[in-house]
Amino acid sequence: MSHVLVLVDHRDGVVSKGTLELLTKARELGEAAAVFCGPGIDTAREALSEYGAATVYVASDPVVEAHPVGPTVAVLADLVAQHGPVAVLVVATAEGREVAGRLAVRLGSGVITDAVGLAADLVCDQQVFGGSTLVRSKVSRGTPVIAVRPNSWPAEPSPGTPTEVAVDVVPGAADMLATVVDRVRESGGDRPDLADATIVVSGGRGLGGPDGFTLIEGLADRLGAAVGASRAATDAGWYPHANQVGQTGRTVSPQLYLAIGISGAIQHRAGMQTSKLVVAVNKDREAPIFELADFGVVGDLFDVVPQLVAELDKRSG
Amino acid sequence: MDPLSIVVCVKQVPDSWAEKSLRKDDYRLDRDAADAVLNELDEYAVEEALRIKESRAGETTVTVLSMGPERTAETLRKALSMGADAAVHLVDPALEGTDAVGTSYALSQALGTLPYDLVILGSESTDARMSVLPAMLAERLGNAQLTFARKVTLDGTTVTTERLTPDGYATVRAELPAVISVVEKINEPRYPSFKGIMAAKKKPFTTLTLADVGADPAQLGLSGAGTQVLEAQPRAAKAAGEITADDGTGGTRLAAFLAAHSFA
Ligand SMILES: Cc1cc2nc3c(=O)[nH]c(=O)nc-3n(C[C@H](O)[C@H](O)[C@H](O)COP(=O)(O)OP(=O)(O)OC[C@H]3O[C@@H](n4cnc5c(N)ncnc54)[C@H](O)[C@@H]3O)c2cc1C
Ligand SMILES: Nc1ncnc2c1ncn2[C@@H]1O[C@H](COP(=O)(O)O)[C@@H](O)[C@H]1O
Repeated sequence: MSHVLVLVDHRDGVVSKGTLELLTKARELGEAAAVFCGPGIDTAREALSEYGAATVYVASDPVVEAHPVGPTVAVLADLVAQHGPVAVLVVATAEGREVAGRLAVRLGSGVITDAVGLAADLVCDQQVFGGSTLVRSKVSRGTPVIAVRPNSWPAEPSPGTPTEVAVDVVPGAADMLATVVDRVRESGGDRPDLADATIVVSGGRGLGGPDGFTLIEGLADRLGAAVGASRAATDAGWYPHANQVGQTGRTVSPQLYLAIGISGAIQHRAGMQTSKLVVAVNKDREAPIFELADFGVVGDLFDVVPQLVAELDKRSG
Repeated sequence: MDPLSIVVCVKQVPDSWAEKSLRKDDYRLDRDAADAVLNELDEYAVEEALRIKESRAGETTVTVLSMGPERTAETLRKALSMGADAAVHLVDPALEGTDAVGTSYALSQALGTLPYDLVILGSESTDARMSVLPAMLAERLGNAQLTFARKVTLDGTTVTTERLTPDGYATVRAELPAVISVVEKINEPRYPSFKGIMAAKKKPFTTLTLADVGADPAQLGLSGAGTQVLEAQPRAAKAAGEITADDGTGGTRLAAFLAAHSFA
């Protein structure tokens, strides 16, 4: 059976949910071959086996970490040349899309970013123009390179025993021109990552200050949710920039998105409008976020959210 | 100090988006320009180039480059009125329908005809929303890729950026030449002044065709695209949500809604 290459999105070996979704799809399209770049394969092995990778290509050379994007593209391009896969799938994170774009140029392929559906004939569903239009498209040249949004379909386990193959990383000189000198973590902790989360609770200017985010975090922890923020909140320094949702922040597509004290500016909506269910709490009935909301409460968040948390506590007994 | 050449890639996008989002400029000289504007993030790219120019001692030129139909010239003029020194417009009937891979090819060919040390782009266009062009352009040019920058520092020929990552940022460094893309945290773009608008009229403005930049039309346009749209349909309008005023039980009712959808 033909290979479908899946680039593993991970943080020190902790494999993202989006990757497991891609492995699930890859098994339908052919034989799932995971490509693991960077450190942490010992951590990742279990998840990759659990989700049915038949082969795991491991590129653990530190050069992958030292230079963004380039060396990873080199690994994928080599594997495509050797194995002629049906397609290359990556998770549509900011970096994943860059890898997809550069790989497509290197291979002379077409590329689709932000697919939310993928059929057996590799036809992709995409939502464009703010989710108002559904487009079906396909790559018509070369090995298809497709970046898929997390949460587009469920991940299903299918345990197996993958063959592990170590691969050499042979980057070109141009892949190593930009060097990472330092990495700084500003957020994270134990909460789920925004891109993967089933539920996202976001706070905006309506929170009035950094203390307001304690309320948001409390609600998020009740729901097992990730925490997001509007630009107004990150600009004010109330919450880390890494948690900004929107055009220039993270794009999320959770089952449930709660916007608390956020007006719903178009740049914010750009990052969350493919969420399945949207809930808004805002004291202004005219706030544009309500146009998008499946359920909205017009009221003071400092009344509504504590009551919501208390009620959730009651329900969970 | 050595002279420095900066090229800023800017795109013209439909205004429907910018209109609602940006309550700023009354800068609208031309009625025609009302429904097509400079991509918001590209203003930040132009601003960053101008700031680099203003902060260095050596001679610096800022050239704005755009690929697009005739009216794209308006967008280039706006960038000139902000303070860019020269504009280059790549326009050709064969470009119609070009996809992202093709755009990166055409722009890289155009850049091949220009001197540059730094290429600066926005990190995303509001219409295509692919966020891949800067990386593709770095790939084509064989230059360092310094993308998603929230901070750029140029020290001699070394450029250092803070690249946004999912949990913070990475400091990424390269020697010139380099391709940079910027996010909105990086600066606050200036408004064109009246003086700037007048001066823009006299600045060098070059129009180039595909033949001028030696680009192969077969790789461009709809027929050269590596992707094909099979179908486009408006999505069924979402049913209007239930919006209720808080009568003192808003939180409780919200909890009930979440429970009804199995989230609580
Ligand atoms: C190039 C560019 C890129 C951008 N990218 C992003 C992006 O990625 N993400 C992003 O979010 N924005 C982005 N923006 C900014 C965007 O335009 C908005 O300015 C921003 O989203 C507003 O944040 P907000 O909703 O928190 O604040 P506001 O618009 O000020 O809204 C605050 C809301 O809180 C409500 N409120 C206040 N007090 C209470 C209370 N006690 N109880 C209940 N409700 C209350 C108010 O009614 C109001 O609706 C970008 C802008 C530009 C120009
Ligand atoms: N036709 C174009 N001409 C010049 N620059 C462009 C063009 N299209 C995109 N860009 C640049 O590429 C950036 C990212 O665009 P995109 O990948 O389409 O989201 C934009 O912010 C612009 O700086």
